[in-house]
Amino acid sequence: MTNSLVTVAYIAASALFILSLGGLSNQESARRGNLFGILGMVLALLATAFSTQVTGYTTLISMVVPGVIIGAIVAARVAMTSMPELVAILHSFVGLAAVLVGVANYLQPTTLVGAEETIHQLEIYIGVFIGAVTFTGSIVAFGKLRALISSKPLTLPGRHLLNLGMLAATVWFGISFMGVEAPAGLMPLLIMTAIASVLGIHLVAAIGGADMPVVISMLNSYSGWAAAAAGFMLSNDLLIITGALVGSSGAILSFIMCRAMNRSFISVILGGFGANSGGSAASSSDGVVGEATSITAEETVDLLETAKQVIIVPGYGMAVAQAQHSVARITEMLRDRGTAVRFGIHPVAGRLPGHMNVLLAEANVPYDIVLEMEEINDDFPETDVVLVIGANDTVNPSAIEDPNSPIAGMPVLEVWKAKHAIVMKRSLASGYAGVDNPLFYKENTQMLFGDARTNVDAILAKLVESTEPTKAEPALATAR
Amino acid sequence: MTATFETVTPSPETEEVEKKTALKIGIPKEVFGGENRVAATPDTAQRLQKLGFEVWIEAKAGTAAGFLDSAYEQAGCHLVSDPQALWTTADIILKVRAPQVHPELEVHEAQWLSEGKTLISFIWPAQNPELLEKLAAQKVTVLAMDAVPRISRAQKMDALSAMANLAGYRAVIEAANQFGRFFTGQITAAGKVPPAKVLIIGAGVAGLAAIGTAKGLGAIVRAFDTRLVVKEQVESLGGEFLELEFAEDGSGEGGYAKTMSAEFIRAEMALFAEQAKEVDIIITTALIPGKKAPTLITREMVESMHPSSVVVDLAAEQGGNCEVTKPNEIYQYQGVNIIGLTDLPSRMATQASQLYGTNLWHLLKDMGGAESFQVDFEDEVVRGALVLHQGEITWPPPKPSVPSPPPVAPKTESVVTAAAPEEKAGVNLGPWLWPALAVLALVGIGVGAPPSFLSHFTVFVLACFVGWQVIWNVKPALHTPLMSVTNAISGIIILGGMLQISGPLQSPTTLLGAIAILVGTINISGGFLVTQRMLKMFRK
Repeated sequence: MTNSLVTVAYIAASALFILSLGGLSNQESARRGNLFGILGMVLALLATAFSTQVTGYTTLISMVVPGVIIGAIVAARVAMTSMPELVAILHSFVGLAAVLVGVANYLQPTTLVGAEETIHQLEIYIGVFIGAVTFTGSIVAFGKLRALISSKPLTLPGRHLLNLGMLAATVWFGISFMGVEAPAGLMPLLIMTAIASVLGIHLVAAIGGADMPVVISMLNSYSGWAAAAAGFMLSNDLLIITGALVGSSGAILSFIMCRAMNRSFISVILGGFGANSGGSAASSSDGVVGEATSITAEETVDLLETAKQVIIVPGYGMAVAQAQHSVARITEMLRDRGTAVRFGIHPVAGRLPGHMNVLLAEANVPYDIVLEMEEINDDFPETDVVLVIGANDTVNPSAIEDPNSPIAGMPVLEVWKAKHAIVMKRSLASGYAGVDNPLFYKENTQMLFGDARTNVDAILAKLVESTEPTKAEPALATAR
Repeated sequence: MTATFETVTPSPETEEVEKKTALKIGIPKEVFGGENRVAATPDTAQRLQKLGFEVWIEAKAGTAAGFLDSAYEQAGCHLVSDPQALWTTADIILKVRAPQVHPELEVHEAQWLSEGKTLISFIWPAQNPELLEKLAAQKVTVLAMDAVPRISRAQKMDALSAMANLAGYRAVIEAANQFGRFFTGQITAAGKVPPAKVLIIGAGVAGLAAIGTAKGLGAIVRAFDTRLVVKEQVESLGGEFLELEFAEDGSGEGGYAKTMSAEFIRAEMALFAEQAKEVDIIITTALIPGKKAPTLITREMVESMHPSSVVVDLAAEQGGNCEVTKPNEIYQYQGVNIIGLTDLPSRMATQASQLYGTNLWHLLKDMGGAESFQVDFEDEVVRGALVLHQGEITWPPPKPSVPSPPPVAPKTESVVTAAAPEEKAGVNLGPWLWPALAVLALVGIGVGAPPSFLSHFTVFVLACFVGWQVIWNVKPALHTPLMSVTNAISGIIILGGMLQISGPLQSPTTLLGAIAILVGTINISGGFLVTQRMLKMFRK
């Protein structure tokens, strides 16, 4: 295949990638979008494989075939609740590949001279740096999401200085790397790779569990920039375009996530939020400001049965408890009775942008009743019952009511405006942000204590019981 | 008795008089042709007695509204068969319609009233100046229920709203009666039925009631009002609010609409003309207090409507919103049913009497009940309703000091927009910093970089912008699939590996390249397949 043909194929692949991302603008076209992506990828790989520069087909095939198989197995087996982990580990692969390609490229003899050579070396250096940070950072993120590593933020003393020191060292080794001829710079390059790896670990370790949506999107962005850097060093426009697309995608997602938490990107990256309260799981609150009313599953069912408008607000707790299928069944039963049930999703609910949507989709909840925060926030005053399942900070009224609160100004789902808010939670403990939640003590709030899964199942069982008599008539099933 | 109506404090001696005999309320039978309502039902009569009044009622006064004399007797009322006796003995007369010439006795009802008596009913003082004169000559005190100010506190005695609510409901029922089709869309074995389209002009109390009723019957409801603040109310009832491409808010005093500018009216008429061709039922409720109702539906518009469509004109009594309306008549104009009934509340006399009676009860309770009944000029509600005080004309009342709450909303909005530019003017150099840095960086690159780099750089920058544009369109619900698909395509980095494996097998370059290909491929296949799996789950 001639170079021109390869270039044309690359152009086509770039267009297909753009169409692929564009297709994700709504659910109907999303699948077609994904197919465009696959098509673009196959086209790009075939064109490269048949280009004059590639001859090592044995090596190629012996690497591609197992790669595809492993990828397919992983994709088929992963549970939807583990999507964040999968995404994290895949990011680390891109990072690793970027490091390997960068180093290998450095070892290849070049014909470049002067400014072009300098730029080429700079490209390699930057590409390897970003790749290494992405690689180790993603592995730590994976560990945190898998709970292999504690999800609490790691706050070493002087951690900001440490980061700055590592950056300075990177620059210093960069200068010595640029100063020498090709193979001799390998040592500074490898040392820098090691430093960048430590930096990646340290950066992500300092960020707590609930900030993971930002971290994952940030790593997504990095993996894109790493690919773009590789494109520069190989003078390959397709890599540059793809990398830039992915990079800006990740950057936008990070931006959206940060805005949803009302925090600046820098403050999230520097980490340590909520460190004093001891993180997400079980810290005891000491500033109790009132009395919380508790409710049983039976009473919850009574409320749900008389309600006309119900909104369910899920959070990470629902994912942890794997309660989405039972929640979906409850939704279905209530909808069959004519109750309007919708879901309100906070942008940072879960550990991945859009995580809740995927979980609910997996459980067969129709996507048109799953609404974003902005879409649903105005509807709470007309809502009879709100079920909060495993969410805390995203429904905290102090973000709006208390200007001194650490989460003041963060947009939240205003569930307390509904007639009844039922909060399913293990205890009255504060959430990830370490902020007491006045919602629990509001008059119209009832607490349903206990494991989310157990409670949701109990509600479901009660609902089934009370609908049993009508279900006996099979005609109903077709009538609706 | 006269002294009991002193404005501020009754003197001690009159108080004594007052305690000796309880105030008598008289409920005459309505004499207006076709009027079925009555000013008190057995229920409200009983409640009036709890306030300390004696209730005297004319025989058969409630029969047309479905309340028998026996029911009133059971409720403790005194029955009187002679209207003149009732009028002359009662201290307070409660009526629905304004006094008029009694058709059988051929005496004007007002003449039976004497000094010191109080009359509470609909009066319409602006339209009936002679009646006002006549009543003034009798030196009576008159409160007009149509003049109760429309403020929050007076809602419980706002008879206009209560009646408008009934009229709005009944308008839809009357329309349904003339309309030969279902309101709701249905798919039946005998074929598909499209839903009826209803346009409601004027989203006041009557309009909103009509929207709710029509929606409840399953019709597609559109509504128009010059007051933009009612948009939310229309939408809350399930109606679609039609808007003009025109910025003028018609909120006037006391919750009514004001007259609009000529351009606005032109745009509005164009909208109605367009809608007339499409909708099946038009219900107009546009009234401007003290003026003739505006003509909104012209002859041409009616002619353009489908045959067998319906127009209900709730403003028929005030001249009609529709050019071809005939008051008190239902007739067909070129196949279109025009309903100009003016007695809609009376057609629901049972309900209307109960609501009106309750309005009166609230008013009498607020005026002190029987024990301390007085006309308090300080009370905004009483002052508003008071048209005659002991023969002295006190109408129109001084302008309400507080505007009704709805207009406040747009006002604050305009304040906000006005303040915004000021803020912007004071903004620091923040927004300029980044563009400046970007320009500097570009200049730097332009000076130092070789052309080969620049061409790649162009591609890079453009791709970033394309990415920026495309990604903002992605729905938040699809952010996870977005991440996995971008993940998959960032596996394109294996192209780099592919270009490096063609050397000798043992060389480090080949080795590194090969590993890069392996992990990259896992990424590509894993990413695309898991995206596909996820997207399959999303369904309606």
